[in-house]
Amino acid sequence: MSRAKKFMYINRHAPCGTVYAVEGLEVVLIGAAFEQDVCMAFIGDGVFQLQQDQDTADTGMKNFSPAYRALGDYEVNRLYVERESLQERGLTEEDLMPLTWEDEDEDWAEKSSIYIVDQAQLSDLMDEQDIILNF
Amino acid sequence: MVSEGPYTHQASDSAYQFIRAALAAGHEIFRIFFYHDGVNNGTRLTTPPQDDRHIVNRWSELATEHDLDLVLCVAAAQRRGIVDPDEAKRNGKDGDNIAPGFRISGLGQLIEAGIESDRLLVFGD
Repeated sequence: MSRAKKFMYINRHAPCGTVYAVEGLEVVLIGAAFEQDVCMAFIGDGVFQLQQDQDTADTGMKNFSPAYRALGDYEVNRLYVERESLQERGLTEEDLMPLTWEDEDEDWAEKSSIYIVDQAQLSDLMDEQDIILNF
Repeated sequence: MVSEGPYTHQASDSAYQFIRAALAAGHEIFRIFFYHDGVNNGTRLTTPPQDDRHIVNRWSELATEHDLDLVLCVAAAQRRGIVDPDEAKRNGKDGDNIAPGFRISGLGQLIEAGIESDRLLVFGD
């Protein structure tokens, strides 16, 4: 294989209500083993996936949100969150889980994995990708 | 990738029509990966009314005709009760229901398809 391909996983659904978010995250975690150039995008209700303090206890469903914290260890450290989607839902970056990764090249400095981008920036990022998977 | 169930959603039909058109135009289909409720495309117990299309048989026939690789995600299939003889034995089930031409494998097959193919298309919601 000549080079790693650019993969973007787009998350468009809320963490609860449908299975898309949790099964989408499974693909990202499995896919990390393939050492491709991976990023994720969160748009529409998908931004709720990263919300802090999720509690599913009363729904009888598993709270899988802690699994997002593992992404940094899998070198999935570019999570693009669409600014307009946050604003439409009354959310700010402070409402999101603090997701970080450790930069090996800078003495394991802890860095944020979350990038707030607007629609136009996200559109440009999508243009750069080889593979886009939608969940 | 086909990520919606047959009969509930058009994704399976769109994927099927697209793949036939692509094959007719001389393209190669590396793999068809079924995820989420899409794994329900691969149960041979499906019994639609006689005047409706048979989505599952249609896949099996297309796979035979063009030697296609139809893969059901194992984790998604287990949750939804789609099993092959090996999975049935492993999980102590009293039968299997996988349709001819399909196989069950892991999510790595989806990523590999993305790496090996020029294009990866998602048929879903």
